[in-house]
Amino acid sequence: MNKKYLEYYRAERLPHIWCPGCGNGIILNSIFEAFRKVNIDKEKTVIVSGIGCSSRAPLYMNFDTLHTTHGRAIAFATGIKMSKPELNVVVITGDGDASAIGGNHLIHASRRNIDLTVICFNNFNYGMTNGQYSPTTLRGYYTTTSVYGFIERPFDLCKLTEGAGATYVARATTYHTKLITNYVEKGLKNKGFSFIDVITQCPTYFGRKNKFKTVASMVKWIKDNSVTKKQSEAMDEKELEGKFVIGEFVNKTLPEYTEEYDKLIESLKKESQKHAETKV
Amino acid sequence: MARVEFIQGNRACVEGAIAAGMRFFAGYPITPSTEIAELASEMLPKVGGKYIQMEDEIASMAAVIGASLTGVKSMTATSGPGFSLKQENIGFASFTEVPCVIINVMRGGPSTGLPTLPAQSDVMQAKWGSHGDHPVIALAPASVDEMFHFTVKAFNLAEKYRVPVILLTDEVIAHMREKIEIPDKVETVNRKRPDKTEEFIPYQSQDDSLVPPMVNFGEGYKINVTGLTHDIYGFPTLNPEKVQQLQQRLYDKIHKNLDDIISYKEYFIEDAEIVIVSFGSSARSSYEAVCEARKEGIKVGMLVLTTIWPFPDNVIRKLAERAKKIIVVEMNMGQILLEVERASRGRCDIVSCLQVNGELISPDTVYNRIKEL
Repeated sequence: MNKKYLEYYRAERLPHIWCPGCGNGIILNSIFEAFRKVNIDKEKTVIVSGIGCSSRAPLYMNFDTLHTTHGRAIAFATGIKMSKPELNVVVITGDGDASAIGGNHLIHASRRNIDLTVICFNNFNYGMTNGQYSPTTLRGYYTTTSVYGFIERPFDLCKLTEGAGATYVARATTYHTKLITNYVEKGLKNKGFSFIDVITQCPTYFGRKNKFKTVASMVKWIKDNSVTKKQSEAMDEKELEGKFVIGEFVNKTLPEYTEEYDKLIESLKKESQKHAETKV
Repeated sequence: MARVEFIQGNRACVEGAIAAGMRFFAGYPITPSTEIAELASEMLPKVGGKYIQMEDEIASMAAVIGASLTGVKSMTATSGPGFSLKQENIGFASFTEVPCVIINVMRGGPSTGLPTLPAQSDVMQAKWGSHGDHPVIALAPASVDEMFHFTVKAFNLAEKYRVPVILLTDEVIAHMREKIEIPDKVETVNRKRPDKTEEFIPYQSQDDSLVPPMVNFGEGYKINVTGLTHDIYGFPTLNPEKVQQLQQRLYDKIHKNLDDIISYKEYFIEDAEIVIVSFGSSARSSYEAVCEARKEGIKVGMLVLTTIWPFPDNVIRKLAERAKKIIVVEMNMGQILLEVERASRGRCDIVSCLQVNGELISPDTVYNRIKEL
């Protein structure tokens, strides 16, 4: 563990439950680097997660932390942010948690543009339950429930959240750790819904099922299949199959939900004051 | 000065919630509870509170828990199918001890059932709907006035015992209009705060109430809240002793405070040979029937359950010791009946008067049942 980030860890909770070679620790340190860069207020930040390997991360994080039910982290986070907009609310989720069981909440939080920063640890499978296929599993790959190869099309969660109205959307990988930090930093600064998809390795299940002999070979596979947004623009759909497009997809400013609600409260207050004055 | 209003039950519920300090509501449209959401959306921003219509029932229960964790009194309202969908997160709130109020306006079930018609068939679901042993409190109002006051009470119990409180009402009470007096101020209870002189341990009570004090997100305590079985520090544990301790404390914090939690109403009990046990709208019809039968000199009395869970076992047992017969009147296939049979321990005859046809059970039906005996 990098000592630099010690203040963000609940060191007494370590060792963590993640397998050797898991990418979650890489992402966590990259997130902490972003926290350091924005000088996050540890006492005014809540980390929320659902269920799964990635959703265990908050338990090691020295903040107010909420480990919720499967898929519902964003819905819990919405209640927190709405009732106390002054808090920074960060959601840590996985591909199954965010896009299968919790897909509805991801869509609608994007649409509302509520100020949450959602970081998805996307490892193409349900690691916690021994590696079943998820909505992001790539076509043709093997998992414990796609033993003949996965026949569905994978979800592109960045396109999904972009389409649903998120105002900051980006993708990085565990090979590109500086990008993770950069994007999380921008997500934290964005006053609105931010979604950062992070491609990561699950050597224990997805790796083993797909004949990756080492963790390094799996990270190399992620690196070799990553293409920049710019490169992707010159590629057709077929060439892009199985590729991870990395970069920023959305970065714009639109009215934020809790601010809009507070404006409504203010206007009602003024109206009732005016009403009271005319009565006098 | 108190306001006198002629309003429906659902409005009385929102008036009561706001009087009790509710400042966050998350919901999803569903008949016959929708007026509660509509009124909350109108009234909350006027008092600086927040309303949100979530994308589904599950999300609205989740948002309510999230808001309560920041220290804001929170509520949701639903009916049958929506109550089913909320169950997992109700279990979460119970296990993590997050105060919240759930209004369930019961309609005919199962499944989509009879969306616009009354029933009382979610009695067992209110207690056992979420998996695992988990404490909840359920109250049953039988009038518009009680919709107001029981909603206040629901918030107070939720805050005092750090438990989800379900207001188990029904379509008749929710849509019925009655005159009520809305007081300027009601007695409110707030969650207990930690004693600053002691080290704060999130899930350890500092007194014999078995209810730990509560801190809110954003106050610097950096607490962990998890639906995993946790130790007193709020972190996951598999230690059998700690697991047992938590389950036992959660059970005891309700069951060792029954006298404080349970309330009920009795009518004409002193000399009663036959006693009707009922709740909610059925109790209204039953009361009419009892008054009619009394006019004819039949020694019939009535017990109205206003707390459904925890079940008032002792009240029923004492009643069974003095009465010859108990008639359970309810609009389901005999859910309270099972509890009355269990609690009376065979000390008197228990018979039923059940109706599940989507119509309010009529005073005549109950009266005829009394006459049959």
